[in-house]
Parts: sequence; C-alpha cells; structure tokens
Amino acid sequence: MTKYTDQGKQDTRSGYGAGMTELGRTNPNVVSLCADLIGSLKIDTFIKENPERFFQVGIAEANMMGIAAGLTIGGKIPFASTFANFATGRVYDQIRQSIAYSGKNVKICASHAGLTLGEDGATHQILEDIGMMKMLPGMTVINPCDFNQTKAATMAIAEHQGPVYLRFGRPKVANFTPVDQTFEIGKALMLNEGSDVTIIATGHLVWQSLIAAENLENQGISAEVINIHTIKPLDDEAILKSVRKTGCVVTAEEHNYLGGLGESVSRVLALHYPTPQEFVATQDTFGESGTPDQLMEKYGLNNKAIEEAVVRVLKRK
Amino acid sequence: MPNYDELQQLVTQVRRDILRMVHKVNSGHPGGSLGCTEFFVALYNEIMELKDGFDMDGIGEDLFFLSNGHISPVFYSVLARKGYFPIDELNTFRLIDSRLQGHPTTHEGLPGVRVASGSLGQGMSVAIGAALAKKINGDEHLVFSLHGDGELQEGQNWEAIMYASGNKVDNLISTIDRNGQQIDGATEDVLPLGDVAEKFRVFGWDVLEIENGNDLEQVINGLNEAKSRTGKGKPVCIVMTTEMGNGVDFMMHTHAWHGKAPSDEQLETALAQNPETLGDY
Repeated sequence: MTKYTDQGKQDTRSGYGAGMTELGRTNPNVVSLCADLIGSLKIDTFIKENPERFFQVGIAEANMMGIAAGLTIGGKIPFASTFANFATGRVYDQIRQSIAYSGKNVKICASHAGLTLGEDGATHQILEDIGMMKMLPGMTVINPCDFNQTKAATMAIAEHQGPVYLRFGRPKVANFTPVDQTFEIGKALMLNEGSDVTIIATGHLVWQSLIAAENLENQGISAEVINIHTIKPLDDEAILKSVRKTGCVVTAEEHNYLGGLGESVSRVLALHYPTPQEFVATQDTFGESGTPDQLMEKYGLNNKAIEEAVVRVLKRK
Repeated sequence: MPNYDELQQLVTQVRRDILRMVHKVNSGHPGGSLGCTEFFVALYNEIMELKDGFDMDGIGEDLFFLSNGHISPVFYSVLARKGYFPIDELNTFRLIDSRLQGHPTTHEGLPGVRVASGSLGQGMSVAIGAALAKKINGDEHLVFSLHGDGELQEGQNWEAIMYASGNKVDNLISTIDRNGQQIDGATEDVLPLGDVAEKFRVFGWDVLEIENGNDLEQVINGLNEAKSRTGKGKPVCIVMTTEMGNGVDFMMHTHAWHGKAPSDEQLETALAQNPETLGDY
C-alpha cells in the first residue's frame, strides 16, 4: 500500500484562496467576483492586493454570472465565487445561456459543496451540482481532493479556455497530495495500485478511499485507488485500464448517486466493459444539520461505507 | 447632420426584411422587431463607433447587447446591412444549419453577436460586465444595451440596475423599449411596471425619455443626449416609447403580433405599405 502523509488538515476553500493569491500576482487578466461571501471563499489576499480586479456584487448571484460573462468580452478571466448551491442551482439558466451556450471563459468557483458544510443544513448543502454542471455542453467539472490540489486546480483552470465548474468545500480535511503539484485537467491520478477492486473517488472521498484501502489490505483485499479530480472530461482510459485488471468498481463521492461521478463511470463501463459497480453517494435525499463527520457517517460517505461497498461488489464479480 | 433620407430608406428596407424573414419560416417575432427598427438603424449607423470587421473582445469600439433576443429579425437585418455578414444569409433565418438562430447566439459564430439571449433578463448583467472590462482596459468606448419593458419583470434586471448605479458604471447606456405590450397582453395588465423612468431614477440612474421611439430624429437626438451624459458617475437609461408592429397598420396597437408570422396575403399588404428601397435580399 502506497503511504500518504497528512501534512496537516486544511480546508479546500483555503486552497482556492491560495490559488487566487498566486493568480493575482501572476496573471493580470484574472478578475474575481463574489456575492457577499469573501471570508468564506478565502479571497481576502487577492482583494487586498488587486482591489481594481475584484467585483463585490452583493447577494445577487444571477447578476454575478452575467457580469462574469460580460467581463470575458475584453479578455478578462473571471472567477465567480460563492457557495456551491448559489453558484449552480440558483443560477442554472444564467450559466446555461450567458456562459455555457455563449462559450464564455468563466470559472465558476463553488465552496461549501456537499454535506460537509454541516450545521447550516440542507438549504445550503447541495448534492446535485455535479449533475447539473456536467450536463451543460462544454462545461469542465473539477472536484479536487485537498488543499494542495485545489490550489493547483485553481491556477490550472486560468490557463484553460472555456467555462469551468470548480467544486470545493468547507471542512478541514487531510492535505496529502504534493505541494506545488502540476494539475492536468482531465487526467485521473493513480494513488494506489491493487488487483481485486478499483475504488474511483472524487473530492473529500479520496482520502476516505485511501483509509478504506489500507483497512481492506489488512483483510487481504487489494484495492486500487484512483483520484478523479476531473469529472468532465472523464479519463475513460485510466478507468478502463484499471477495471480490466480488477473486474469491479466502487465509486465514491459527496453527491447524489443520480448525476454524479458514479453515473459517469457507469456510462464508460456500459459502453466498453460492463462491470459490477457499487455507489458510495447520497441516495436521492437532501441533507440535514449536523457536524461534517456525523453527516458523512449517517449518509454513508466515509471509509467504512467504502469498505462495505467493496465487500458487496466483490460478491458480484 | 444625419442623412435622414438615407436612414429612412434603410428603416423601410429593414422592415421588409423582418416581414419576409418571419413570413418565410412562419415563425419569429415581428411586433417588437418593427417597433425597434428606427432604434437599431440609428444605433448602428449614426451612434456607435465601430471598427471594421468583428472580433469578440471589441476593444476600441462601442458594443451593443440585445437582451430581448426574440427581436432577432431586426438585429440580423441591421447587422447584415451594416456588413457584418452577407445580406443573402437573411434567407436562412430559423432554418436548420443556419447561423441565424431563432434567438441570437454566439454558438454558430455569427459576426456581430457577443452573447446568447432569449431567456429574458440576462442582458444588462452581461452589458455591465463588458462595461467593467472596458474600464479595466482603459478603453473609453461605450456599451449599449436594449431591453423589452415586459422583460423588466425578471428579477435579475433589478440586481443589475442596483449594481450599475452602486458601482458607477457610467459607460453604459441601457434602453428600455416601452411598447407596453407582452405576450399575454398589456404590461400594465399582466404585471404592472408603473413609471419605469422613475424606477430607474430612484435606483440611481441618469434617465432620459424618448417620447416617440419610431421617429428617427427623436431617437438619434435621444441617443446622442445619452452619450453626452456618460462618464459622469451614473449609468444612463433611456425609456423609449415605441409602437409594436410600427409601419404595418394591422400589426400596430395590439400585442397580437408579438410572436406571429403574417400569412401570404398579410405579407403582401404589409410590404405594400413599405415599398422596396435598397433592394430585397
């Protein structure tokens, strides 16, 4: 089992903030927008250093998406940021018409995604955003797993021409990927090679998958772990290569099983290599208030749930 | 001094284009298009500073955004006759494989269009963004936008209206086509808009009114007056009263022609009221 060390728990949203700070210093075309959530998005440094390139739009997300679309006309690269719920569901049509259909180079940067937003409850915990965003033609969908990767992703999407949905979260989680890594959009990352089962995870569930793989190894089960930070475009080749070896899959994500990473993987398998698959995801439900750990336990989104899913899928091989 | 004879000839020819485009495919929106013909002709031929050719960024020229995208016929006709694309292409309006989609888009690469519109209420936000980009770029050119009055029922407009004045977006001129009509009837019956000019004023805009938006001279004078008020700390709004279906007697004074094409006989009558001037496509 490949060993990974937690360099100290940090929130992925701070990775976004750190990436924006870097972009502020290195890319004069990058501009930032926020809808009354500067502190939550961790963009204070960008704003302090580049006040002329920051636009506070107030509690008006629809207008923010439209302004972001307009800013691209003139060569700016807008990073429009707010909570994931308000960055997607609330403004789906604005994103669809003014950004995606119009082919605008807007980066939609969404914090507090999924259940781990915690105590605020289901009004703020979106579990449908990956589905909504991946269905938009031309939209790239990225959900990095830790601080370092979120920082790298933030910087990488500035170099990508076209609309991007970048999803990250609130809680402090293990930071285990390399500092100053190169982020390649659309490239799956092999974290642990194994032979019995492939665990394909995104976002906060990647670290949980590594814990699960270690526990499974102790039970004599060899699990391959793949980090899918880019849900669209999906790295079909990496998935198929692994599954041809292991013959079964568990997908893991902090999202509804409908419309998420799991369904994207299912499509690849159905087309090219039909394989038993189990889904670690929320089961078509809204969330609720609670601590992040309590919620991940209750809704079956932790290492234990992944280990149980592996046992189930192995029986179906 | 504008050459009003030439501009009026173009107005008449654009009206013919609108009617023929909509008639050919038996779909589209002639009412609002005819009502805004003078505005489009004036804007593109007298008011805006435009570069030759088209590039998306539009740095160093004035920009225009159409928010109420359903009046695409008038937009397409004026763009074509300004030279953005071949006039013959008007023949393809709303047909399969055309760049002239039912509502304007950038997707097919039609020169002159910088954002998709049609789903209402989004254009002012985009225009504000483009105006902000001009400010960052040190580009002193202006951004114009057009909005239907019924469209103001969409809440996003009021987010944008609040933002533009609060942030002194004073290189923006947004015109409201106050024709008083929408699909289901008069705006004041469907959802009253009340005093549109006053609403913009209390939101912090500099507002002027064009009493007859179908009078070329009034439109040109109003747009020039609006230009003179830019750069003074406030976004500029023009509330322009127009007659839907203007220039075709049976299409005026009703909302019936919002989204309906004329029959063969009706087309003949309408074209007879607008004799060919610059040549049909």
